Amino acid sequence: MDILAKVVQWFTDPAHWAGSDGVPTRLAEHLRLSAESVLIGMVIALPIGIVLGHYGRFGNVAINISNVGRAIPSFALLVLSFQVFGLGDAPIIISLTALAIPPMVTNSYVAMREVDPDIKDAARGMGYRELAQILRIEIPLAVPLLMAGIRTSAVQVVATATLAALIAGGGFGRYIIDGLAQFDYTKLMAGAILVAVLALATELGLAALERVLVPRGIRLMSVPATKRVAFKAA
Amino acid sequence: MAAPVFLDYVDPWINWDWLSNHVPLVLGYLGAHVELTAIAVGVALAISLPIGIVAQRRRTWRGPVLTLFGIFYTIPSIALFALLIPYTGLGTLTSEIGLVGYAMLILTRNVIVGLDAVPRDVIDAANGMGYRPFARLLRVELPLALPTIFAGVRIATVTTIGLITITAVIGQDSLGQLILTGLTENFHTPLVVGTALSILLAFVADLALAFGQRFAVPWAR
Repeated sequence: MDILAKVVQWFTDPAHWAGSDGVPTRLAEHLRLSAESVLIGMVIALPIGIVLGHYGRFGNVAINISNVGRAIPSFALLVLSFQVFGLGDAPIIISLTALAIPPMVTNSYVAMREVDPDIKDAARGMGYRELAQILRIEIPLAVPLLMAGIRTSAVQVVATATLAALIAGGGFGRYIIDGLAQFDYTKLMAGAILVAVLALATELGLAALERVLVPRGIRLMSVPATKRVAFKAA
Repeated sequence: MAAPVFLDYVDPWINWDWLSNHVPLVLGYLGAHVELTAIAVGVALAISLPIGIVAQRRRTWRGPVLTLFGIFYTIPSIALFALLIPYTGLGTLTSEIGLVGYAMLILTRNVIVGLDAVPRDVIDAANGMGYRPFARLLRVELPLALPTIFAGVRIATVTTIGLITITAVIGQDSLGQLILTGLTENFHTPLVVGTALSILLAFVADLALAFGQRFAVPWAR
């Protein structure tokens, strides 16, 4: 039978939608690991990028973080983390968090740098203090690119969480890794489709959320998301 | 009661005996890693340059081209490899399709951005000097866009070197095989050696390209 027909059959089999190896359970595992890592990464990375970008100094620090982030292979990071911290969620979340940081630092740095200097001068002239200027003028205008950085990180984390199956983690990666080990190409393909759809849904879903949350007026004057710095970790 | 001696054995991060006995193996993987990178970035550049030039000239192409590459870029590499395996098998062809595709987004985007940044005055001056469009592209616009294109090549190279380690999972030879061995045999040395060499290779390649850029593009300082 054609492999695609087998994959369709795999998806329509109710057995694959229940139990501890079912799609809903694996989806929940994948989303939980990814969400926790991205949220922890945001708390660490966004303040660093925003402060560096606001002061405009240490630009080479932001650039070096992005270079180092690109040079460290995500696969190696996962395996090293596994060797140091052992089994469980901790090594996965630690390495995924580390991966989430560089795209957010770099993009939030660029986002803050690119805010129109005239607008900053105007804010200063109107008597804004520094903190108020950052919070009420610069960050709102930087939001589209800040969000683009978060999306980049989230997509990288969702992609790399797939590899967590190699260190005995859950998530959709299980189908791919088990499919490879068992020469079960149907399971392999089904897992690949689930992972690809989840990564695309992460990118598009967060973009849609941003469109709902960010007022149109802000988007008109803000730093365009096309300045996004690309990352590909997995 | 004394524990058996072998239980006291702690796996060091680097076992120099193992390393000195496995130099040819490690160098072989390093060579394969360099070869995979060179092919991926070379092929991607050969495809991206014409696509980027055409997309920059025709406004209607730009959006669709970048969106299409962007969607491809979002697909996790392991998922892409898995989707290709039933058709292109385990190993090099499958690996290179993914690596070339990912490098293409970075390179095409930088070709477009680089050509966009050529000042209008310069193009007018070139037209006034009687350049035909193709000669103007070759002798005026591309040289001015070259620093941006070079920057894209550097990012694509470093990204590709990191991504290649994942191809070990689908049986491709590279430094990733050392990382995978470290995992499956619970043995630190190949893991550390593979990781360190991969990071080192990325930095050396980036430096070499930066150095090459100074010679190839002296007009950009």
